[in-house]
Amino acid sequence: MGRYVIRRLLQMIPVFFGATLLIFLMVNVMGDPIAGLCGDKACDPATAARLKQEFGLDKPVWQQYATYMGNVFTGDFGTAFNGQEVTELMSTAFPVTIRLTIIAILFEIVIGITLGVVTGLRRGRPIDTAVLILTLVVIAIPTFVTGLVLQLLLGVEWKWIKPSVTPDAPFDELLIPGLVLASVSLAYVTRLTRTSIAENSRADYVRTAVAKGLPRRRVITRHLLRNSLIPVVTFIGTDVGALMGGAIVTERIFNIHGVGFQLYQGILRQSTQTVVGFVTVLVLVFLVANLVVDLLYAVLDPRIRYA
Amino acid sequence: MRGATHAKWTACAVVVALAATACGGGDSGGGSGASGIVSSSWGDPQNPLEPANTNEVQGGKVLDMLFRGLKRYDSKTGEAKDMLAEKIETTDSTTFNVTVKDGWTFSNGEKVTAKSFVDAWNYGASLKNNQKNAYFFGYIEGYDKTHPDKGEPSAETLSGLKVTGERTFTVKLNQKFSTWPDTLGYNAFAPLPRAFFDNHAAWLSKPVGNGPYTVNSYSKGSKLEMRKWDGYPGPDKAQNGGVDLKVYTDNNTAYTDLTAGNLDLVDDVPASQLKNVKADLGDRYINTPAGIIQTLAFPYYDEAWNTPGAVKVRKGLSMAINRAQITDTIFQKTRTPATDWTSPVLGADGGYKAGLCGDACKYDPAGAKKLIEEGGGIPGGQVKISYNADTGSHKEWVDAICNSVNNALGNDRACVGNPVGTFADFRSQITQSKMSGPFRAGWQMDYPLIQNFLQPLYYTNASSNDGKWTNAEFDKLVNEANAETDKAKAVDLFQKAEEVLRDQMGAIPLWYQNGSAGYSTRVSNVALNPFSVPVYNEIKVS
Repeated sequence: MGRYVIRRLLQMIPVFFGATLLIFLMVNVMGDPIAGLCGDKACDPATAARLKQEFGLDKPVWQQYATYMGNVFTGDFGTAFNGQEVTELMSTAFPVTIRLTIIAILFEIVIGITLGVVTGLRRGRPIDTAVLILTLVVIAIPTFVTGLVLQLLLGVEWKWIKPSVTPDAPFDELLIPGLVLASVSLAYVTRLTRTSIAENSRADYVRTAVAKGLPRRRVITRHLLRNSLIPVVTFIGTDVGALMGGAIVTERIFNIHGVGFQLYQGILRQSTQTVVGFVTVLVLVFLVANLVVDLLYAVLDPRIRYA
Repeated sequence: MRGATHAKWTACAVVVALAATACGGGDSGGGSGASGIVSSSWGDPQNPLEPANTNEVQGGKVLDMLFRGLKRYDSKTGEAKDMLAEKIETTDSTTFNVTVKDGWTFSNGEKVTAKSFVDAWNYGASLKNNQKNAYFFGYIEGYDKTHPDKGEPSAETLSGLKVTGERTFTVKLNQKFSTWPDTLGYNAFAPLPRAFFDNHAAWLSKPVGNGPYTVNSYSKGSKLEMRKWDGYPGPDKAQNGGVDLKVYTDNNTAYTDLTAGNLDLVDDVPASQLKNVKADLGDRYINTPAGIIQTLAFPYYDEAWNTPGAVKVRKGLSMAINRAQITDTIFQKTRTPATDWTSPVLGADGGYKAGLCGDACKYDPAGAKKLIEEGGGIPGGQVKISYNADTGSHKEWVDAICNSVNNALGNDRACVGNPVGTFADFRSQITQSKMSGPFRAGWQMDYPLIQNFLQPLYYTNASSNDGKWTNAEFDKLVNEANAETDKAKAVDLFQKAEEVLRDQMGAIPLWYQNGSAGYSTRVSNVALNPFSVPVYNEIKVS
């Protein structure tokens, strides 16, 4: 087990370098970022040249990448064009997005799995049909529609919440945005859980557990649910990364200054340092989340072993 | 207990994950709810907040609250009036003697002296400091030494600036420029306190100026709190307790916040809400002219657009555009069809001349078709209008223009839009002279002078002459106008230059842009100045 974890951690290294290099090249082919800094006026050539030098943009791309990676390992992610350190941007953006992601994941786990178990055990009953239709509707409606409608109804019409989140973004203000962000995944979690439960409820070990005379509650939580969670955990694990990087729509609607917003601005302004820095961290999140998912398999199903 | 071991390793991995991603908590705090505070929408400034480094509206509005310069533009008429300047005198339009008023201080108590200005201007002009507005000091003698086009600067300071007393200094220009004092209301010419030079980083995180407001707290990228400075010596004291500028990820969200009563002022009503704005806000919606004009520029470095016949093609294209229809339907009358190359905010005395463009700016599809055919047809058979697709909903109006042109020519492939992904890429293609057809050009005035609408854009090799248009007659008239000490005569000469621009159709004027803003019932006396920035210090809170 320990060797497996170490091997997986070592495998992350090439993935990490490959991913960052790709992002670096992608941002680089977009053209000269300095040109956009002066607005509708042209930068004067002397200042533009000095700015390029300051941001290291006058060197060949491979050299920029080497310097950049060298700096990253000393914790220096460079400077964004507005003069802020990228680490400073991260320290304001990541806590907000992490809070938002935690809320979204909790919604997925609590509501999604509960609904999945309930419907999986009551296939074909009205509640099952109702939830299936509901999830279909949620999946079919794009996030920005859900977000804008909820914002308008709860924020403007009924005044239950403030339509925009304050810069501090405490947990309670992020509840509705978190629900919006989670909505589509939540529907998928429900469906995945339902199918998995429905399938496993006919399995031998469930019949054995029932035959042993175990209480229904214990059969469901310890035997049925635990084995049924493997596909769900896989989904939620990959969703962590997707939620953190892909929250841009939700963040825009609710005025959340998180990772999605910073990435969006970084791309608009072609700030290589910002984009590569944030994506580097997101790549790490993805990799670690995947590792955790793989390790959780063994916790859920003791038959799975790692060598 | 294999299960327990698995769980342990999983827990370890989670710890590693959290350690790798969590970067400490945010610093919260900041007392809101103080009385008389106006909350206003804001966009994240693109550059650090320094007077000579801020060239866009978002940073500019902060400097406007924090600083007062020698001159200030009247919030209604745009006229340059003395602020810190007691007098600015010249006999030859080249050397100016400046006297700074007594009794002004920065909010940290330091006196504003002649040196505060000279130091600030030298800082702004020096190539070493990478200031994006450095070219504003280009008229001052010695600029080419402190800011050479190539190589290292050979001087630290501008030779044309000399401190002659505590409150007096002289400025020597490298050319005659009679209306130069009127440019001094621009933020780049603001004075700077010693603190700026002594501890630059600290100053940037909490700027100190000499305007009616002081910075209470500034968390970059999210919120800037300004408070009224009680010791402000100027005549335009703040009428409110302060202004909170809040960064919005999207101006639609800001607008929603305004309608929900969560925000007092939005100075950029999103295009998609223009239909509802009257119903939502009624009288609390402002739509007033601003010093902004939109044009289509042409790449004169491309041979095909630089032929004698191309003049007729450009005029024809201009006539093929149905400006009135586009400003009505797409912009809901927040823009006005342009009939010259300046802006109505200049006023007739300042050089705005309605109808100067003449027939070339009137919609005439039949005439357009005839002219374009006479001129040898569209180069390459198709006009591609380039624009950046990321902001400003430019796609709608470019498509509308093309539609209008195609209808006039009876050819649905005559004009197409050519979107460029990001603004930065769009600008870099322009600066590298890579445009193959007309492209979107916008000009927001720096100071309300007709000179600012003509010289930077159309003078040979001027800083923002993106299409590389060049005309000896135009250049000559601009030089004469700058040398003319009588303002009325200078304006007349500038208009003659503008007529040259018209006869050659150097760029197609499209429309003048209005500033549009909305505000809550909590505040009153809200107005936009000619730069489309709210006049914050006059806003009253009930």
